[in-house]
Amino acid sequence: MATQRIEVSKTGDVSVVRFRDRKILDEAVIQELGAELSALVEFDNRKAILLDFEGVEFLSSAALGKLITFDRKLKTAQGRLKMCGISPGILEVFQVTKLNKVFDIRPTAAEAIAAF
Amino acid sequence: MADEFPADSWRQSIDLPSERGSSRLVTDPLLEQLGLHGWSPDDVFAIHLAAEEALVNAVVHGNRLDPAKTVHVECRVSPELVRLEITDQGEGFDPESVPDCTLEERLEAPGGRGVMLMRSFMTRIEYNAKGNSVLLEKRRGDKPTAG
Repeated sequence: MATQRIEVSKTGDVSVVRFRDRKILDEAVIQELGAELSALVEFDNRKAILLDFEGVEFLSSAALGKLITFDRKLKTAQGRLKMCGISPGILEVFQVTKLNKVFDIRPTAAEAIAAF
Repeated sequence: MADEFPADSWRQSIDLPSERGSSRLVTDPLLEQLGLHGWSPDDVFAIHLAAEEALVNAVVHGNRLDPAKTVHVECRVSPELVRLEITDQGEGFDPESVPDCTLEERLEAPGGRGVMLMRSFMTRIEYNAKGNSVLLEKRRGDKPTAG
């Protein structure tokens, strides 16, 4: 599937997803992002997925909702999700909403990949 | 309430259409003014986040994307204080009725975090009695509060 919102690469068994958008807040962008992430599980059958937020400056609560939905879908498929490269501002959003307890967040891609 | 803004502070008064993406009519000039007034990246992030959440709530939940309705926004920026007043034409709601999204049983709910984020990242947030208008204020240097 051609992707507009994400770039996907592979490091061993881990699919590393990076985001083309620096600000993830537009509703249409969030919907497309959700669809592209879902396709990784539904069509590509990927099980180990790392979301690398390097370069992402802004994330709205609607985007958080999509991440939660994606995490649930991946877990249902017996997959695992980790995140890395989250900016201090966005990390505070995860902390304030306590989503840092839901998601496995690591400082760097190397640390996240090693933890799979 | 005494006006805490200097006479030459920036202000914007605009009526937004109730359509997705209209928030940028407020946030684009707001972000530019925050930069011109020397606000820190942390404060800019906080204000942008809260403004975006409030504007989307007004358009999507307040006005239900009704093209016949608008969202009125008053915005003021000074070097020390930012104030936004966002009013939709909906029926209003009780902000106290929004469930706590940090409770264990609600952590994985896909929505319901907007009001909480606004409260955490702004210095002050007040709804009117009807619940269709929200006042957001940010004082320079205030830190967000982790819930």
